[in-house]
Amino acid sequence: MTGSLKRIGALFYARNLEFVRDRAALVWNLAFPLLLVLGFTLIFSGPPKPLVQMGVVGELPAVYAPLRAVPLLKIIPYDEEEKGRLKVRHHQLDLLLSPGTGRYWINPDAPQGAMAEYLLRQAVLVQLVRETLSGRAIRYGDWLLPGVIGMNLMFSGLFGVGFVIVRYRKNGVLKRLRATPLSAAEFLCAQLLSRILITLVVSLLVFLVAYFLLGVPLLGSGWLLLLIALLGGASMASLGLLVAARIQNEELASGLLNVISMPMMFLSGVWFSLEGAPAWLQQLAAWLPLSQIIAAARAVMLEGAGWAEVAAPLGWVLLFTLCCITLGSALFKWSHR
Amino acid sequence: MAAIIEVIDLVKHFPGVKAVDGLSFAIPAGSCFGLLGPNGAGKTTTIELLEGILTPDSGQILFHGAPRGSDYRSRIGIQFQHTALQDFLTVRDTLRLFASLYPAPLPQAQLIELCALGEFIDRDSRKLSGGQRQRLLLALALLGDPELLFLDEPTTGLDPQARHHFWQRIKAIKAQGKTVVLTTHYMDEAQQLCDQIAIVDHGHLLSLDTPVALLAQHFDGVLVRLAAHPALASLGYPLRPLGEQVELSCPDVAALLPALLALGVPLTGMQVRSPNLEDLFLHLTGHSLRSGA
Repeated sequence: MTGSLKRIGALFYARNLEFVRDRAALVWNLAFPLLLVLGFTLIFSGPPKPLVQMGVVGELPAVYAPLRAVPLLKIIPYDEEEKGRLKVRHHQLDLLLSPGTGRYWINPDAPQGAMAEYLLRQAVLVQLVRETLSGRAIRYGDWLLPGVIGMNLMFSGLFGVGFVIVRYRKNGVLKRLRATPLSAAEFLCAQLLSRILITLVVSLLVFLVAYFLLGVPLLGSGWLLLLIALLGGASMASLGLLVAARIQNEELASGLLNVISMPMMFLSGVWFSLEGAPAWLQQLAAWLPLSQIIAAARAVMLEGAGWAEVAAPLGWVLLFTLCCITLGSALFKWSHR
Repeated sequence: MAAIIEVIDLVKHFPGVKAVDGLSFAIPAGSCFGLLGPNGAGKTTTIELLEGILTPDSGQILFHGAPRGSDYRSRIGIQFQHTALQDFLTVRDTLRLFASLYPAPLPQAQLIELCALGEFIDRDSRKLSGGQRQRLLLALALLGDPELLFLDEPTTGLDPQARHHFWQRIKAIKAQGKTVVLTTHYMDEAQQLCDQIAIVDHGHLLSLDTPVALLAQHFDGVLVRLAAHPALASLGYPLRPLGEQVELSCPDVAALLPALLALGVPLTGMQVRSPNLEDLFLHLTGHSLRSGA
């Protein structure tokens, strides 16, 4: 057992050295996500649209009909009050009206809120209760950051484990290691642990820079966010392990990894929300571990979600990870023959 | 001497090729055993079966008289023909990594001295010359202080000086009582290092003995090379044409010379030499070692 830990530790250390000394990959891993988020923050931080957006929960009764005639006012129906309130908090909606309960919400920090309230009061003479919500504006960059970190986890985990094991198999590193007392389980364990540590550290650094320099919000627990990153890295590294279990050819491995990662990137909502996509596509996407990870990270960062709210998706990701590890180590072969 | 490795009727097929086809031999502990054969003869497959890297289709491999156990890998050392090492690791990092994989590794200082790694110990292992790389691979094979050392074509691609240094190192390792199994297609290497030689071709064992005994068994006397002449056939010695020259094998030069003079054969450019393993190989397989398929 101690021998086993020593062997895993030595290989873990060596793999980390490989990563840290590969300057090009290191810089790429750190700089790429930051540049993306910075770029999009700058591009999308222009003045808000002049149109006033008013959310309405449920049907709009006849007495509110004059609202429809107000120019510059756009009415957006909402099924759930909570969803609308969240949008008001994030400055994505200027006012939320609930005709059923006779209440409306605005965010005093949002400049458009007062305008929306004025328009409402002018157009409608119904007695209404005013409530305020607080929250800061969510920029596209804030929303994008968890997606970009998730994408980084995916590429780093899939290729850093999957592609590297296939390369090791092709160039003889696996054969050389196999000739020592190292067991396959020890080897795989070290590869996984090293990549999980690397993805965790890279995600943390990218997040900290974005938090302090770009002012990205963190409403929920930082520890929970760290756990999500850990699970995200573990799930992607395990998937890489499964892909690399037997393949001998680097080109095939790289093709297969691309076939997996590209659709996953678009379906997991890295760049844009799938809200407008067909229902079947959304349901399919919801099963992807990366989409669960990114959605959980966004919920914790932007909506202050707690442990209970993300437990189910994280449980699914954990299950996925364990399945990949079990299947990957059962299928693993040192060499192709 | 007790056998450290015993191989009984070993068979290994790859799709379309019988790489090893019924090999049996025993390797005495403390000896150096050479597997010789042309490229594609099944040398590497045989040595990888012995190493446990490949699994035989049938046949047995016994280590100290019993099937190989789980500790086998910690008791052997292997130098492969083609091996990459992890990128971005220096020679020292690589030694440290592999040392951690063995239960009782040799001290690093001892390895550095034994394999002369001192001058490039902090260099990235990808930036080593052929000879330096070979020394590092040998160090990795020796790292676990193995009782049995496998070397698969250890000096292929090295310059003559590096090969001689390598032989000196292997002799020093043999002197420590370790058993060495090596494959080679260099006859001088086999003659320098091996106590026993197995000549294989097409997966079969053609001959197995000490280098001296092998030569004595198959050759009688010396080889004489001279210009081709029609009268030579009448002498009754085995002849082998070599372009404009011919090589004949005869037991006694003293008896040959008067006969040649009597026939009036010109002796200009005549060479007399002892047969070596190269000749033996040619004799046994009908094709030369390096041009072999």
